Amino acid sequence: MALKYEDVIAKYEPVLGLEVHVELGTESKMFCGCNTVFGAAPNTQTCPVCLGLPGSLPVVNGKAIEYTIAIGLALNCSIAPFSRFARKNYFYPDMPKNFQTSQYDEPICVNGYLDVTIDTEEGPKEFRIEIERVHMEEDTGKSLHMGGATGRIHGADYSLLDYNRAGIPLVEIVTRVITGTGKYAPEVARAYVSELRDILRGLGVSDVKMEQGSLRCDANVSLRPIGVEKLGTRSETKNVNSLRSVERAVRGEMIRHAELLNKGEKVVQETRHFHEDTGLTTPGRSKEQAEDYRYFPEPDLVPVAPTAELIEKIKSSLPEKPSVRRRKLQEAWQVPDKEMAAMINADVLDLVEATVKLGADPSRARSWWLGEIARLANEKGVAAAELPISSADVAEIVALLEKGELTDKLARQVVEGVIAGEGRPSEIIKIRGIQVVSDDSALMAAIEKAIAAQPDVAEKVRGGHVPAAGALIGAVMKETKGQADAAKVRELLLKHLGQA
Amino acid sequence: MINKSATEMAAALKAGEISSVELTQAHLDQITKVDSEVHAFLYVDNEGALSQARAIDEKRKSGVDLPPLAGVPLALKDVMTQKGVPTTCGSKMLEGWRPPYDSTVVTRLKENGVVILGKTNMDEFAMGSSTENSAYGPTHNPWDLTRIPGGSGGGSSAALAAFEAPLAIGTDTGGSIRQPAAVTGTVGVKPTYGGVSRYGLVAFSSSLDQAGPCARTVLDAAYLHEAIGGYDKLDSTSINAPVPPVVAAAKDGNVKGMKIGVIKELQGDGYQPGVLKLFNESLELLAQQGAEIVEVSCKYFDYALAAYYLIAPSECSSNLARFDAMRYGMRVGSGSAEDVMNLTRQAGFGREVKRRIILGTYALSSGYYDAYYGSAQKVRTLISRDFENAFKLADVLVSPTAPTTAFKIGEKANDPIAMYLNDIATIPTNLAGIGGMSLPSGLAEEDGLPAGFQIMAPAMQDDRMYKVGSALEAALVSKWGQPILASAPKLGAK
Repeated sequence: MALKYEDVIAKYEPVLGLEVHVELGTESKMFCGCNTVFGAAPNTQTCPVCLGLPGSLPVVNGKAIEYTIAIGLALNCSIAPFSRFARKNYFYPDMPKNFQTSQYDEPICVNGYLDVTIDTEEGPKEFRIEIERVHMEEDTGKSLHMGGATGRIHGADYSLLDYNRAGIPLVEIVTRVITGTGKYAPEVARAYVSELRDILRGLGVSDVKMEQGSLRCDANVSLRPIGVEKLGTRSETKNVNSLRSVERAVRGEMIRHAELLNKGEKVVQETRHFHEDTGLTTPGRSKEQAEDYRYFPEPDLVPVAPTAELIEKIKSSLPEKPSVRRRKLQEAWQVPDKEMAAMINADVLDLVEATVKLGADPSRARSWWLGEIARLANEKGVAAAELPISSADVAEIVALLEKGELTDKLARQVVEGVIAGEGRPSEIIKIRGIQVVSDDSALMAAIEKAIAAQPDVAEKVRGGHVPAAGALIGAVMKETKGQADAAKVRELLLKHLGQA
Repeated sequence: MINKSATEMAAALKAGEISSVELTQAHLDQITKVDSEVHAFLYVDNEGALSQARAIDEKRKSGVDLPPLAGVPLALKDVMTQKGVPTTCGSKMLEGWRPPYDSTVVTRLKENGVVILGKTNMDEFAMGSSTENSAYGPTHNPWDLTRIPGGSGGGSSAALAAFEAPLAIGTDTGGSIRQPAAVTGTVGVKPTYGGVSRYGLVAFSSSLDQAGPCARTVLDAAYLHEAIGGYDKLDSTSINAPVPPVVAAAKDGNVKGMKIGVIKELQGDGYQPGVLKLFNESLELLAQQGAEIVEVSCKYFDYALAAYYLIAPSECSSNLARFDAMRYGMRVGSGSAEDVMNLTRQAGFGREVKRRIILGTYALSSGYYDAYYGSAQKVRTLISRDFENAFKLADVLVSPTAPTTAFKIGEKANDPIAMYLNDIATIPTNLAGIGGMSLPSGLAEEDGLPAGFQIMAPAMQDDRMYKVGSALEAALVSKWGQPILASAPKLGAK
């Protein structure tokens, strides 16, 4: 019987540390000119440098430096006037040089913060997450373990190596120890990654696709008894790749740690793998036999020394902060806090904004993205943004609704058609022969039929009990297969029964 | 013709007295004749060299204006990549590897029409001072085949001394161009760090490695220096400035009024008396030409060897990590990747390479880093400061290149410290990143073997070394009545 979350937080205080890796969206790799497009045939985007061939040398990608500085500035960091790359030495087949060129004790951005807000039963609560460092490094290649049951290296017959990813620029954003979140730790962790993702997307420095691994989070979690100063032993859950998983992984680890501590057992300091299906983690490698990475300054590269002018130039071109932008949108759209939070959680804010920009009414745009489209996305288990329906499609549907050329019910059919890949809204209306019944005589025939079927209801309405008309309107809508405009039906019906 | 200087060969080519194909063939014939005794080459690219030579001859016939060294042959140290040509670094680890790309030095040699004869022997991964650490057997000194030709670039310097090539490329991490030059009676230059691109130079110690020219005359070295030097965007540590005017300086050779600083710490105990005597005679000749000789002190040089043997192994432990059997080169064993890596590295690396990898791994380990690597970097700064102060008193600094003449093959093979001491005078320039040249100072009276005179100049003032070197060379050759190699024994008799 698993421990209840309430029992965990009654006794322990969670302490977090989050490390986020972001693949930068530069056209070329960190230290060579190779292409970075995702999904190319294995080992086609390589050269002597990213394959680490003997004699090859790295050259820093200037764009990657600018992107990293932009990230640092957006996270309120100071930018080091002088920073260096270092070599992190360890052997692994997917690492061509058997060292990773990274930054160690001289990172490019330090001492920043990010404020995040979460929605609680006591209203919105803000937390300041302190950023220790933002540094640059190169990604490794990928190992594909063939044969065996698990896809992991143990039990595999052989492994294939793809070095297309080797040398892709990565930025690592590391928080300081996060305390004081109490029971909100899982939500704060999620909100931090979400806010960070919005900032990075706004900066245009990465496509921040968690599911493709271009943004991944390592979550360090430890517990200490409430009132105790000394930090507990942490576990590090690696490569968590969705917002929901970040929240689940933190909550899951808190419960697991508490169970161990309650039994008087020790938490092992180790890395853990998160499993989407069960929401549980399993052990990775133990840090007790921690590797000694033998860091030393990378002698093949000169120090990174951005000029004050460059930093100023990047600063002046930073986009609006997501929190400021959200506040502006909320005011412009007149949306209540709850609805705003719902849009953020469903990750449809950008889509709603784009739809509104195309002329749609904000509340209609919002209700489509949060309603029918979100429902279909949920059914398919994907994010709304991944469905093949664009803000232009939704704007068109909203316009047709406003012109009375679609009813809500018909519009839902159109949305479904777009997502099924049948074409754009106008095409689907044509193909499926969707049409609003607005011919008064056709509607009147249906109204007569409904009254004949429910004479007692009609009598009530005639007697002045207008709300009873709902049952009759429903029958008419059913009769016309939803192709009628409900407002029009209501108007005709009430007039017919002497109530208008 | 093979006994001439590269400059003379270039003139003969230009005048149409000889074709590049003929000149190349003459050198290939000499290699066939003597290399079974010398073993300077690991790979001779007969076809490639002749086809390059043919292309140059055709260009010349068409009347195109060609670079100064076009058509002249050269021997390439086997640590530089050349597309499609085996590159082993003297190691079993890379046996059979043909790089898919040219090093920048090779690109520039090709642009200059220099004909590459083949790859020369070296201590494995450039670690050594005798070429005995080559996995393919030692190279023999043409002056005495029972002696070492220096190292790590013993193949390149022996090829010059045996007239197998008039020019060669070397690389110098702690003296690997200059010490072989000294013990074979040839000229070798380590340019300022960053003066010649390292792209395609298989790294031993990245912050110390520097490719440079090897030749039989100072002027020949200058031409080769200008051909391969200059900024390269593929090497972040290359200096973005014009190559110092070394050819003009070598042609000038006027030392009148120049101050020449003798480093007190680089003589005395441990130096062979005959070597010191030749050094002092050389100073005398320079003074006769109007140079002022001053004495300078560089007191931190005493720590140079210790610092070097922490920094170089540390960097090598990381640079050589890539040889893991996963992508190229040797592969031993089967089973897990980890097993294959272990077995391959055990089988593929020689003793000296393993010694340095272990040393470097230890020096970089957490808990030891500050005491070893950190302290060594501090010493490095102090040595640079010593040089800066010395250069306030003198335009160039000088010393014997190596403490002794060539020793016997096998003599120091089991005593790494004695071997390391050979580089005591050459290592400080690598640590400071400045340039150093070695040219012959004569034959030591004890053994009749060549000794070297070293000239050091401030960073990017490489032309000063050529000016002084050229002046000294002219005075010595006029004193001897012939170039030093004219008195070397004749090879190929057996």
